[in-house]
Formats: sequence, structure tokens, C-alpha cells
Amino acid sequence: MSTDTELLKKFKVVVVGNGMVGHHFVEEMAKNSDYEITVLSAESRLAYDRVHLSEYFGGKTAEDLAMTTPEHYDELGVTFKTNAKVTLIDKTAKVVTTESGEAYHYDKLILATGSYPFVPPIPGKDQDHCLVYRTIDDLEDIAASAKVSKVGVVIGGGLLGLEAANAIKQLGLQTHVVEFAPQLMGVQIDGGGGRLLREKIEDLGVQVHTSKATNVIEKGDVSRYKLCFNDGSELETDLILFSAGIRPYDNLAREFDLAMGERGGIVVNNQCQTSDADIYAIGECALWNNFIFGLVAPGYAMAKVAAQHIGGENAEFTGADMSTKLKLMGVEVGSIGDAHAKTEGSLTYTYENQPEGVYKKIVVSADKKVLLGAVLIGDTSEYDTLLQYMLNAIELPESPEGLILPMAADKPTLGVDALPDTATICSCHNVTKGDIIASIDAGATTVADVKSCTKAGSGCGGCAALVKSVADNEFEKRGVEVKKDICEHFAYSRREIYDIISVEKIKTYDELLEKHGKGLGCEICKPLAGSVLSSVWNDYILKKPHLSLQDTNDTYLGNMQKDGTYSVVPRIAGGEITPDKLIVLGEVAKKYNLYTKITGGARVDLFGARVEQLPPIWKELVDAGFETGHAYGKSLRTVKSCVGSTWCRYGVQDSMSMAIDLENRYKGLRAPHKIKFGVSGCTRECAEAQGKDIGIIATDNGWNLYVAGNGGMKPRHGDLFATDLDDETLVTYVDRILMFYVQTGDRLQRTSTWMDNLEGGLAYLQDVVMKDSLGITDALEAQMESIVGTYQCEWKTTIEDPEALKRFQPFVNSDKVDTNIQFVTEREQIRPARGEEKIAVTIIDATAETV
Amino acid sequence: MTTHTEKSWKTICDTSDLVKDSGISALIANTAGEDEQVAIFHMPNSEEKIYAVGNYDPIGKANVLYRGLIGSIDDEPVVSSPLYKQHYSLLTGKCLQEEQTIAVYDIRIENQQVQIFY
Repeated sequence: MSTDTELLKKFKVVVVGNGMVGHHFVEEMAKNSDYEITVLSAESRLAYDRVHLSEYFGGKTAEDLAMTTPEHYDELGVTFKTNAKVTLIDKTAKVVTTESGEAYHYDKLILATGSYPFVPPIPGKDQDHCLVYRTIDDLEDIAASAKVSKVGVVIGGGLLGLEAANAIKQLGLQTHVVEFAPQLMGVQIDGGGGRLLREKIEDLGVQVHTSKATNVIEKGDVSRYKLCFNDGSELETDLILFSAGIRPYDNLAREFDLAMGERGGIVVNNQCQTSDADIYAIGECALWNNFIFGLVAPGYAMAKVAAQHIGGENAEFTGADMSTKLKLMGVEVGSIGDAHAKTEGSLTYTYENQPEGVYKKIVVSADKKVLLGAVLIGDTSEYDTLLQYMLNAIELPESPEGLILPMAADKPTLGVDALPDTATICSCHNVTKGDIIASIDAGATTVADVKSCTKAGSGCGGCAALVKSVADNEFEKRGVEVKKDICEHFAYSRREIYDIISVEKIKTYDELLEKHGKGLGCEICKPLAGSVLSSVWNDYILKKPHLSLQDTNDTYLGNMQKDGTYSVVPRIAGGEITPDKLIVLGEVAKKYNLYTKITGGARVDLFGARVEQLPPIWKELVDAGFETGHAYGKSLRTVKSCVGSTWCRYGVQDSMSMAIDLENRYKGLRAPHKIKFGVSGCTRECAEAQGKDIGIIATDNGWNLYVAGNGGMKPRHGDLFATDLDDETLVTYVDRILMFYVQTGDRLQRTSTWMDNLEGGLAYLQDVVMKDSLGITDALEAQMESIVGTYQCEWKTTIEDPEALKRFQPFVNSDKVDTNIQFVTEREQIRPARGEEKIAVTIIDATAETV
Repeated sequence: MTTHTEKSWKTICDTSDLVKDSGISALIANTAGEDEQVAIFHMPNSEEKIYAVGNYDPIGKANVLYRGLIGSIDDEPVVSSPLYKQHYSLLTGKCLQEEQTIAVYDIRIENQQVQIFY
């Protein structure tokens, strides 16, 4: 065989269209160097990411959205022409000709011409400022029009219509969406979901008008135009954006006699061939099984099939799953399979939580064995699990509703082990679990390797978490250690960081980063290191080297609220407070006009303090004998208590004194997460101690100790740890438990998950603490003793340090105050003004009141 | 009220007012003569060492960015919003998680003085 002649006779593949699908075909075809590929694009740009088009208004440039470059095509050996619209196909001679008369011979021709936006035939639709949303050029037109418009209307409330609405809202226009059907996104979601989606979108300031057909676009009275609807109502607007669906770009096929669908689209078979076997059609111009796929994933699948078929492989396109998960204007929306329960005999389960704005529905088969579809609005966290149930026809648990109910006990989570090898993990690139395992067989050793080998997760990215757990599961099976790195800067777990800091006697974050990390750090590793440094060395946390490590709450020693102000929470140990001190709280709150509320932890929160007000407020509180309540820290919060035997007829021990002593002992201790205590004076348990990290309940003979309870998202009762303890033993045990938790807990791990994750759980912890199985109890106690002995009130230290006070000045170069912070009155107290309640103010000079 | 002037390098504060690896805020006048809040970050270990971006967090809708933690994501210097933790690039102002961008200002240190071009 002569390679020379082979080269000369290279097989010619011509691709018409360079959208996402056309480009994907080029990448697939170019894997095989036996083909000479020519791309002819009518657009001025090479392929770009249309899925993320709206990000163009969020600051992305055309270059950011580009999927390829001339250099990349050169490297692949692909010839390409932009502004080259094909106008003629000669099927007999196998030649295509462009508008400018250039002719190209082909052996195989690919039509990837895509689609165009459908503009309904409304009189007046062809005027200026009546636009569509499809290409980067369209976006430039929209941006130009928005500059001279105040109000914008999107006609069409489907998926693309809502993205378009988001785009014009970002451009600052008053935004309306007009939909012909009675609900939004009627293709993907059901009526209930549509109703909730509408509420959420209207909350964001976009007005939705459903069941409206536009009769005519006329000159407006106030705005540029007015839409006149069939029900007699009208809507004034300056800009009109049509997003009423897509139509296939199939005119070439029509003119040159390829088989067409009744309502358009180029008919293709399972190999994506048209009625001419040497011409293929892929993507949104192709009609397969009487269906046009308007999503990118099926288009990619078609591109791959066509490339494989041309290459002589046996490939088939057999349809595609149209499930989608996306975020529209910040609202999570998911649709899976038969969302409308159209399958005969199908049954549905629905969960709706209107206050939270969550709607979930699943559709199951008549025998309740298989999941057929789902709709998720407001929370799509179950999307991946549900999708796998549907795609792989995995048998449903006995009570399928548990899959979407928030409080369901033993919520069935689908372990990745349960997935068959054929399960599709990444639908954009059609990567199965088997493909991921194969990439690990072939030598991939990290999740990043797996992603770059298989391309999984590099499309829409929705499957990233699943890809990681499938890969991690596989690594673990093979005995490869799965890293619990805290972040990209440190390849260690919190436990390991703790050991490094104490063993190597590291005193600053910079030293830690230099010796064991990389980069500049982040909001995860900095506070973590700060917390560990503080647990090990118990330094004042605003000391210079530690200052920059703290979250804003720790830096400003208060909890930041939504408007940037802080709450002030002094410690009221055990909830016991004198009338005089109560009066001080009231006076301070009145003087600084703070919102006042009694908390669940039996103390008083004062809200609405501006940064510059914090020091004078705390000065008054400290002078009156208060100290910080550490409400801002991952540390001991409150010890809740009843009055116990001092007042109560039933109390058997003095729970009040015990609570106060414990609160004073552990205040300021920095931990992986917040810690709460409860002390009850008898078995009636009025202090709800079993719902706390450390729970203590009085008995006739002493105290019962419970550990690892908590409220919050996943409430858990504490486990009984030891019974009938005397005061001294109780404190010793609590010292050891807390210190062991501080040393070994993971970042943001409450005591409950920490204990459950100890191998051996409660029994193991009992051995460590009560039998000293690790021989560390002396060290734990000594460490706790040194922390208790070096306690300081951070607010007292701060107000005595002029250098630290500089931090509370609002501007380095001015005494003005932030006028974006505004309050309104509600129930005789202040609350932050909502966006629409704010009034424009120029920044004024500070009054004397703010020091 | 400040009146509109040509853009130039203007001194904001002294380098001793900066806090290492942390942020401060300052007021400057925009082209319309209105006050604008700027967050200034000092990261001596990074390439540019000093950065200035808008102080307003468009997602949390409050003037708080100078109180965020700073660091790097894939070698890009970033500030993490103290409200909802999104990252904003200190070089481009782009939010890495959502479609938002904040202003970026030219900033330099001259003779112990921190100066912004506005």
C-alpha cells in the first residue's frame, strides 16, 4: 500500500454549521486522522457556549464563551470558513457552494445548521427594539436597546424565555414575562410546580402574565410600545424579546429535496443519516423519530453517532433523556422524565412547603416499583438520586415518598454501589459508571484524572458531585486512600492540621502555610487554622498574626446580619441575670436604637449595631460587668438550665449553680463547631438537656451525663454516657470529652457526627474518657486547664487596645457612615429596610453619637 | 459635595493604615461626584500585593466586602463575601460562582502612601 496516494485521497467531510453540536462533531471526527474536515459557518464567530449565553451580561466576554479558537482548529488540521453561508447542495456531484460562490467537494456532508427563534406572526413584530435571544450578536442588540429602554417584555415563558428575562433584568430593565399557556415552563414542569416557580420569580421583581395572547403591537402611551392582548388588557413596554420556541434551520434540506418532517426538521435515521445516505443531520435541525431535541446533550450524542458511523463503527442514536436541572434567576428547577404523569396508571406523590418555597413531586409506575418522573422547584438536592432511579429503573423503596420528604427517617440515599455499570453519570458526555471504572483501570488516580479522561462533569457540571462519589467509592474499594483535604491550599484534614500545629509548635498561619500549604489560603483554611491555633495556644484571637484568619463574625466579635450590621450578645450564664443588669441592657438598647429579642438560649440579642457603634456599646456593657457571649464563635454558646432544687418543688440537685459553673468554665473554648449544654434539676428535664452536645440531668445520687445530642437541621437525642456522677467527676469527664472533640473533630462537625464517626462510637468514647484506653486523659485535662486558666473576654481586651479599635472605623479616610444601612419600624422596633423601602441618601457626616 | 474632576492618582491613606492579609474600606468620589465605597486589600505575599474593588456585595446587597476573608482560588486572588461566601476575583471583579461583577480600581503604593486612580 502506498501511503502517498492514501494521503492524497483523504476522505472529505464537510460540516455545515459551527454551533455547539457542529463543533462537537468536529472534535469527535478529528480523533481519526484519516479524514479531511472542512467547517463552513454562516456566523462570524466559531463555536461558542450558547447554554451559558446569559452570562454575557454578567461580565463574560465572547472569548470566555468561545468553545474553540482558530489555533485549535489549525492544530486539529481542520479547515474552516466563517461568514460562509452554504446556499447550494449538489447531491449528485457531491459539492456544496457558499453564498460567495466557493465550492467544496464532500464525501460525507454534515448538516448541523441548528435552529432559529420562532417569532409569532403578530402585527408590529418587525419594528426596532423587537428582538430575539439566540446569538452573541442578538445579545449586543439587546444591550444596545436596553440603554434607551426602561421596561422590557419577554414573550414566551419557557426555559429560554426565563433566561432571557433574567438577562434583561440584569440590564436594569423593569421586566415582564408574557406566556400564552396558563403556566411557566409548561414543557418541563407541572401546574403545581409552575405556580410556585411563578411566585418565586415574581418575588424577584419580574412580573409574570400567563394565559395571554398578543394580538398586536402598537405605539405606547407612556413607553415606546404597547402589547394588546386578546382579553382586552394591555402592557406598556420599550423593548420586546421573542422567545416563543425554536424552529429548525432546514431550508437547505427543503430546497435540495431531503426528506422533511410535516412541521419541519430534517428526517434522520438511527445513524443520523438523512434520506441521502451521504448526508447526515445532527442537533436541533434534525428530526429523529418525529422529535426535535432542543437540548445540547442529545445533540452531542448525535454528533458522536454520526462521527462513529462515518468512521465505520456500528453506532446508533436511540433517543435521549430530556431531564434537566438548572438555576433560573437563582431559583433551582429540576425536571425528570415523565414530569406530567402521562404514563397510564402512574401515581404521584407531592410535597409542597409554601413558606420555604419548595415543591417536589415524583411520578411512579402503577405498581410503585419504578420512578417515571419528577418535578423539583426551589430545592434540587435530590435530583441526582432521583435521576439514577429513573434512568436505571432501580426498584423503589417501600415508601417512595421518603425520597422527597424532608424529615423522612432513614431517607433512602442511593449508594453509588447500587448503580449498575451501565448507569449514566454524566449525560452531557454520556459517561457511564463503567466508563469511570475503566478510566481508573487505565491508570487514573484522582477525581481530576477521571474527569479529564472521561470528560465527565465538563458539560453542564451538574453531575460533578456524583462523579466524585463514584470515583471515590472505586478508589476506596481498591484501597487507594481518599484524601479528606480541607481545601486546595492544604492536603490535610482538620485532625492532621491540629497534630501538625501542636507537634511542630507552629504559632502562626503564615508559618503553617509556608511549611505545609500552597497558594494564599482561603475562607476555609484560614478560620480553621485560626480556630486550631486558638485551641492549642489560646491566644487573643485579634492579635495581629491571627486577625486576618477570622471570619468577619470573629473579627468584629459579633454576628453579621443581612444588611452588614451586627448583633450584640452578652453572656448571661445559665440565663440568670440581676434586675440591674437587665436594666443596663434595656438602656443600652434604647440609647443605640437596637432591636431586642430574647433568644432560645436564654439570653438577650441586640440587633442593628453598625460597625463603628460596636466599641462604645461594648464599653458600656463591659463597664456594667457584662462579657462577650461568643455568639459569633465556633465555641461554647449557652448552658440552658432550670432553677433546680433552689426554687423548684421537684428539683433534686442545684442545676442553676452547676449550669453557671460549667458556662464560666468552658466559655471561649474554640471548637470545630458551636457547643451547647443543658442542665436539668430533675428527671422532668425542663432544660431539654438531651437535645444538647453535653446534657446533664440531676438524679438523687448526683448527675447523669448525656453526650452528642443536638437540635438544628437533624435533631438527635444525646446518648447516656455515665450515671450518678459527683460534681468533680462530672467536670473531669466533660473536660476530657470536649478536649478530645476539639482535637479530633472535623471542620464544622457537631459532636453527634463526630461521635458517630469514631470507630466504635459511644463505647469507644467511654473507653477513652473513663478507662483511659489511649493513655491521653492527663494530657486532655492539662490542655483544658490551661485554656480555662488563660481565658480573657475578647471585648474587654479589644476596647482597651487602640490599635484593635481602628478596625471599627467605617472608612479609613472619612468619618461618614454607610447610608445603605437603613431601618424601618415594625412592632415598635427597628428592622432592616427591604430594597424597595430604602430611600436614596447621600453619605452624611457621622453624628457625635458614633464616637 | 465633591465636584467632578479629571481622573488622577489620589492618596487614600498611609500604608500603616493597611492590615496585612485583610481589608479596609475607603470613600472615593465617582465621576458624578457621588461617594463610592472601595474595599482595599493588602496581601504582601501575592503578586500585586495591593488590590481595590467595590465594597458593595451585589448578591448580599450590602457594603461589606472589605470584611471578607481573602486568599486564592486556583492562583487567582479572591475575596470571599462575608455574607454568603461567594468569591470575587480581585483582578477582574468577576464572581466565580454567580453571574455578577464588581468594580475594580487601579491602586498603588507610592512613598508609603496608598493611592487610587479615580
